[in-house]
Amino acid sequence: MHSTITNHADAAINFNLDEPRVDWHDKTLWFIREKRDLASHAIPEWEQLREYASQIKNNVLSNLSQYLQDFEEKAKANGVIVHWAADAAEHNQIVHSILKKHQIDRMVKSKSMLTEECGLNEYLEHNGVEVIDTDLGERIVQLAQEPPSHIVLPCIHWKKEEIGELFHKHLGTKKGASDPKYLTAAAREHLRETFLTRRAALTGVNFAIAETGEFVVSTNEGNADMGAHLADVHIACMGIEKIIPKQAHLGVFLRLLARSATGQPITTYSSHFKKPQPHQEVHIVLVDNGRSVHLGKEDFRNSLKCIRCAACMNTCPVYRRSGGHSYHNAVAGPIGSILTPNFDMRANKDLPFASTLCGSCSNVCPVKIDIHDQLYKWRQVLMKEGLGPTTKNASMKMMGWVLSKPALYDISGKAARMVLKYTPFVVSNKLNPWYKQREMPAPPKESFKEWYKKNRG
Amino acid sequence: MRVALFVPCYVDQFYPNVAIATLELLEKHGCIVFYPSKQTCCGQPMANSGYEHEAEGCSQLFAENFAGYDYIVCPSGSCTLHIKHHLHTEKNALEEALIRKTVYELCEFMVDVLKVTSIKASFPHKVGMHQSCHGQRGLHLSHMSELNAEPFSKPGSLLEMVKDVELIKLDRIDECCGFGGTFCVAEEAVSAKMGKDRVADHVRHDAEYITGADMSCLMHMEGILKRQNSKTKIIHIAEILNSD
Repeated sequence: MHSTITNHADAAINFNLDEPRVDWHDKTLWFIREKRDLASHAIPEWEQLREYASQIKNNVLSNLSQYLQDFEEKAKANGVIVHWAADAAEHNQIVHSILKKHQIDRMVKSKSMLTEECGLNEYLEHNGVEVIDTDLGERIVQLAQEPPSHIVLPCIHWKKEEIGELFHKHLGTKKGASDPKYLTAAAREHLRETFLTRRAALTGVNFAIAETGEFVVSTNEGNADMGAHLADVHIACMGIEKIIPKQAHLGVFLRLLARSATGQPITTYSSHFKKPQPHQEVHIVLVDNGRSVHLGKEDFRNSLKCIRCAACMNTCPVYRRSGGHSYHNAVAGPIGSILTPNFDMRANKDLPFASTLCGSCSNVCPVKIDIHDQLYKWRQVLMKEGLGPTTKNASMKMMGWVLSKPALYDISGKAARMVLKYTPFVVSNKLNPWYKQREMPAPPKESFKEWYKKNRG
Repeated sequence: MRVALFVPCYVDQFYPNVAIATLELLEKHGCIVFYPSKQTCCGQPMANSGYEHEAEGCSQLFAENFAGYDYIVCPSGSCTLHIKHHLHTEKNALEEALIRKTVYELCEFMVDVLKVTSIKASFPHKVGMHQSCHGQRGLHLSHMSELNAEPFSKPGSLLEMVKDVELIKLDRIDECCGFGGTFCVAEEAVSAKMGKDRVADHVRHDAEYITGADMSCLMHMEGILKRQNSKTKIIHIAEILNSD
């Protein structure tokens, strides 16, 4: 089921081979978008909250180094061990070294998109450490040996019947079972045993508070708490942009996060971690991995405001009809398409084009990132860098030239209409992607310009 | 009031009736309309593809053609938005600023500038309104379903003045149709699927016509409707407002 195509348009062709499945995927995510609308429209101050969140995050990005130092100081005073990782490799090594120190070779992990970004699971497995994902959706895709397709709902592309099959194979559930309650209970039993026997737990971080040195993890399953409370060693990994200045600001973000993500008023668990329990070690790994370079790009820095709610994915008409894997990155959808070129422009040059620039993403964004404007700006950067196909470079140059010469424009417009009228097979064939599922417009006998000259000239 | 008619290139070439309807409609509502005959294209196809730098010739030509009018009016939200946000020339900074300020999409011009309160037109059909994204989310022609705000619609308020028109309800009031400029061929699979889904919403609710303020979206949906041999037709809003 998982494809390794690294070009969005090609992956989308594959995804669209099964149209009823595309319809199902689209409707599933649209349902979540509708829940988000209901939840957000029920709060009169919603738009004001978005504005507050945006301004708080802008402040964070403008003072990031100071807030990070404040956070480190407070966290250390709380008894937490703080690490700094410049990139993914260093992050992975730090996590591994903590486990090695404690002679741990089995670990539970709750949802962390950062560790997906860093490829931590593969790294640890390569080094002989078994990682069990404890978020149900993450566990499902882990069993299926594929990456998540959505940052909040990792297995949204799986039908319950298929999950039943997967569980039958891996967890020994009844063949043909697809009742979500039964399957969840089976997963719970399987994970409970794991929780009880693992000495290390890794969690992500939703918000880290500079003022107090504490951090907050939002989950619906309580798996982050369960892992962290039972383990001797709790490792929390976070991108450096996850900082917020004060505890009071949590009120803004927690109200926005779950409503934007799933339409819930708040996640079932908002777990606050401040001081290690007796005989427990808590580590925080602060990861840069390209973020400080990203911060220096004026047009693109504010995408670092993202709180990973995935509202932009759920609303995106392209995402709903191409699936998360078509974005070939840990973070998919519109936000992924503006974040990933910061890491690797060449490998992700297709993504800013995987959009109609409809702007729905920017409207649902709880921290008011100008997503569709950044998609547009990335297109300019990529093509100026010469990353467009040679044929496209040439045709755009030609188009720009013809359209700046009125006489040439008149002639070529007329020629195009003539072709459509007298030799339609030249354009109406399999080589023309427009014609594949759409008819060409019927050519009129004259252009407006010709009509105007005749009738009003 | 001296109004320059800005006709999108594909409307000029493929949908002249839309431009004629726009011209006549503006004249009916008291405008003196000029048609700068050396106009070609606003440059949006290049710019949205990442080639703003290849559209400078277009911008220059646009500025030369459209300088000196009270208003510039265009029957397309996305072309208007492009000029408003992305018109950029090396010279003529002052003219450029003035053009950006005086360029209007047809519906917003009729509602905000002409303040039209009655229209002599009749269109006894069931009509589905397609909200084109650039007009809606870019120019704020209508309320956007994502936002917690009071509903309004400039094209909708104009259609309400037309006799006997019956506006149908849609399941998704403002989802993109998937045209997206070069997206329609570069991402053909998703584009066509989005178009099919959008059209199906209108057809499901018995639309005889799908209308909107952007012919490009309608051209895309027309291509799909025709392929399906559907009875549902497309019509630009200017043609409805001008139908008497």
